[in-house]
Amino acid sequence: MEMPKPNPDVLSKKDRIVSRLQDALQNGAVIHDESETRAYECDALSAYRCPPLCAVLPSSTEEVSAILKICHEEGVPVVPRGSGTSLAGGALPTADAVILGVARLNAVLETDYPNRFIRVQSGRTNLSVTGAVETDGFFYAPDPSSQLACAIAGNIGMNSGGAHCLKYGVTTNNLLGVTMVMMDGTIIEVGGAHMDAGGLDLLGVICGSEGQLGVVTEATLRILPKPEGARPVLIGYDSNEVAGTCVSDIIKAGVLPVAIEFMDRPCIEATEAFAKAGYPMCEALLIIEVEGSPAEIDEQLAVIKEIARRHNPVELREAQDADEAARIWLGRKSAFGAMGQINDYMCLDGTIPVSELPYVLRRIGEMSKEYGLGVGNVFHAGDGNMHPLILYDANKPGDLELCEAFGADILKLCVEVGGCLTGEHGVGIEKRDLMTVQFSPEDLEAQMRVKDVFDPEWLLNPAKVFPLASSEARRAQSGEAA
Amino acid sequence: MIRPNSEEELAGIVAGAKRALSIQGGGTRGFADNATGERLTSAAITGITLYEPGALTLVARAGTPVEEIRERLAKDNQRLPFEPMDHRALLGTTGEPTIGGVVAANVSGPRRVMVGAARDYVLGLRFVDGRGTVIRNGGRVMKNVTGYDLVKLLSGSYGTLGILTEVSLKVLPKVAASATVVLKGLSDAQAVAAMAAGLGSPFEVSGASHNPGTGETLLRLEGFAESVRYRSERLAELLKPFAPPRIEANPDAVAKLWAAIRDVTAFAGKDGDVWRLSVKPSDAPALVARAGAKQALYDWGGGLVWLRAEADTDLRASLGAFAGHATLIRASAETRARLGVFQPEPAPLARLSAGLRAQFDPRGILNPGMMG
Repeated sequence: MEMPKPNPDVLSKKDRIVSRLQDALQNGAVIHDESETRAYECDALSAYRCPPLCAVLPSSTEEVSAILKICHEEGVPVVPRGSGTSLAGGALPTADAVILGVARLNAVLETDYPNRFIRVQSGRTNLSVTGAVETDGFFYAPDPSSQLACAIAGNIGMNSGGAHCLKYGVTTNNLLGVTMVMMDGTIIEVGGAHMDAGGLDLLGVICGSEGQLGVVTEATLRILPKPEGARPVLIGYDSNEVAGTCVSDIIKAGVLPVAIEFMDRPCIEATEAFAKAGYPMCEALLIIEVEGSPAEIDEQLAVIKEIARRHNPVELREAQDADEAARIWLGRKSAFGAMGQINDYMCLDGTIPVSELPYVLRRIGEMSKEYGLGVGNVFHAGDGNMHPLILYDANKPGDLELCEAFGADILKLCVEVGGCLTGEHGVGIEKRDLMTVQFSPEDLEAQMRVKDVFDPEWLLNPAKVFPLASSEARRAQSGEAA
Repeated sequence: MIRPNSEEELAGIVAGAKRALSIQGGGTRGFADNATGERLTSAAITGITLYEPGALTLVARAGTPVEEIRERLAKDNQRLPFEPMDHRALLGTTGEPTIGGVVAANVSGPRRVMVGAARDYVLGLRFVDGRGTVIRNGGRVMKNVTGYDLVKLLSGSYGTLGILTEVSLKVLPKVAASATVVLKGLSDAQAVAAMAAGLGSPFEVSGASHNPGTGETLLRLEGFAESVRYRSERLAELLKPFAPPRIEANPDAVAKLWAAIRDVTAFAGKDGDVWRLSVKPSDAPALVARAGAKQALYDWGGGLVWLRAEADTDLRASLGAFAGHATLIRASAETRARLGVFQPEPAPLARLSAGLRAQFDPRGILNPGMMG
C-alpha cells in the first residue's frame, strides 16, 4: 500500500515542533522518543506500519486546539486516533505526521434521562458509554465488535455500525452533536440536544469523514431505554440460498429483529473447533434476535419460526434461558478469534443488496478456489453487510498480496451487484485505491471539495479515503513532497 | 416555470443557466418562495425505478409524488417510516408533494422521535450541482460508509447545494396495530415530563405530542396487536401519576389523531405567522411561555414546537438565546425577507456553510439567498 513520501522540511524541524507542542501541553503528553512512538505506528490493520513524527495526548478541547494551531502553522499533517482499532488503517501515520490521540479525553460530561442523551469526551470507549447509563435502564445502541476498546471518536470518524443496527441504526443515526476542533484551532459546536439541523446538516457529513474534517473532542449521543428482554433463535439450513430467502421472507413479514447474523460452513467449522458453542454442522446458520417483554418475544418468534419451518431447516433452536442465549451468541462473537486461530486473515466489509446474497456467496466460493485461499463468511444478513474473512499466511512471501487481490475482487463484486466497498469499517488506506470502482471522478471531486472547505491545506489525515492520484494536487499545496 | 423531463436535460439547463434558479418539487412547502430567480421544478423527473420489498429498499426519481410511493409501498404492506408531513393544509398551498421535496427539506413527522428523520432513511441520491454536473453519493444498501456522507449534507439543504434527481430510501413494514394513550388537562411542563417518562420507558413510544389548545397529551404505540395491547396498558399504568389515562385503540381514530399532528392542522386556516422550533425537549415549555404566541403545538416529546404568532413579529427576539433553532415556516414575503427563514448560525458554522455552498454552486445560482 503506497503512502506519500514524508515532507523533508517537516522531518528536519522535528525538534522545534516537539518543543512547541511540549510548551503547549501538560508534562508527558508529547511522545517523541523513537522507542515510544512505535506504539503508534499502526492500528488494527497491522500489516502496515510507520512510526509517526511524534504522538500527542491532549487532556482538553483547548489543548487539542493548541496542538492543531501549532501543526497548522508548521504545516505538519495530523492523524487523529481514537483507540487504534481501525481495520482500514484509518489511524496509520506517515513519518512526518503528528498522531493526535484522544485517549485521555474520556470523561462523561452530562447524562440527561428526560431528554435521553449523554455527552461524553470522545476518547471514551463505546462500551463504557452504555456502562455509564445501564444501571438506570438505558443504553447506547451502536455496538461494533471492538466495543470494549474502540473510542467514540473513532466511531464518529468511521460512522461505525454493529450487530444491532438493523433496528437502531449506525453511529450517524444516534449522534446528536459534537464539539470539534478545526485544523486552524477554531473550536466549533455542531448540533446539540435538539433533533435536527437549523441549517446545512454539517453533523451528517462530519460523521464518517474519517478524521479528515476536524478532531471531535466531545459528542452528544442519543441513549435509548433498554428493552424488557431479548431472545435469540438459531436456525440451520443446508444451503446459503435458502437461508438468504428465509432472511428476506422474515423482513417482508413485518418483523424487525434487532439482529440477523449469518455464518457459512467454513466459519461454523472453525468456530465449533474453537468455541464449542454446539452449532449444527450445516451450510448456513442464522442467529436472529428479537426484543420486548416475554409475551412480545413469543409473538415475534412465532412468526419467525413459522417462516423458518417453511424452508425446512436442519436445526431450529430457541434459547430457553439466558445460558442457552449466551451459548447461541458465543460462537458468533468468537468467530473472528476462531478464524484467527487457523490462520492470519483479512476481514472485508462490503455491503450488498440482500437479494444478491446467494449469488455473491457462490461467487466468493468460486474465487476462493481460483485464488487457492480459504474464506469464511460471517456477517449482518439483515442489512447485507458482509464480512468475508480471507485466510492467508503472513510468513509466506506473496500471500498477503494474493489475499489483497482476492479481497479487491470481492469488493468489486459487491459494487457490481449494487452494493458498496465498506459498510461500517471505513475506507482508510485499505479501500482507498478502490474508490474509483464505486465513484466517478466527479463523485470523488464533490467529496474532496467538502474537505477543501473544512481543511483547505489538506493537513488532516490527508493520505486516506481518496486515491492518492485523485488527491495529489490538493496534498501537494500543503508542502508535502510529491 | 422550467420543467425538465430528465436528469440529463436538467444538467444541461443548469450548466447553461445565465440567471439564478428558484428550485421546487411540487411547490407545496413554500420554500422556493424564499429564493429569487427563475422557477425550476423537478416534478417531471418522475418514476419509481426500483422496489425490493425483501431488501426494504425503494429508489425513485425526485419528482415522484409521495402519494405514488405510499400507494406502491402499501401494496407490499410497507411504508415510509419517517412519516413526512403534508404542508398543504398549513400553508394553503396546492399541488403534489414530491419525494425530492421531502428529502430536500428533510421533512419528518411524529415518528421521528423513535425511528429517526427523513435523512436517516435516505440511502443514496443523485443530484445536479451548480455547475451542471451529475453527482452520485451513497447507494441502495443499508450500511454504507464509503466516502463522505453527502446524502446527509444534501438532505435538508433546500436545493442550495444541488438539485436532487433520484433518491433511494430504506422503507419498513407497516404495523399491524396501533394505539394511543391519552392524558387530559396537563400543563405544558407536566405534559413534557409525562412524554419524557413515556419515551424513557421500554414500551417503544412512536409519537409523543401535546396540544395545549385541547389539553390533550398523546403517546402512540405501534406493532403487533398483542404487543400493542400489552404496552399500552403498561404505559397507561406508568403515566397514571400525571392524569387518568385513556387508551384509544380504534385504528381509524389513532390514524386521524396523528395525521392531524403531523400536518399541524390545528393551525390551518388561522391567521398569523407559523414558526417551527427545534429544541431540547425539557426547554420547550419555558420557551413557549417566553414566545407569547397565540397557539402552540408540541411534537417529538417537546423537541419540536409549532407556534402561531402575531404576524410580522420577531419571535427570535422574544425567545432570546436558546439551544436549538427557530424556522419561519409561514409569513408574508416581506416578513420572511426581514426576519430570515432560517435561524442565523454562529459565525464559524455560517462560514463553513457558505464555503460549502460556494464549492457546490460557485456561481451562486441555486436558490440564492435562501439559507444565507
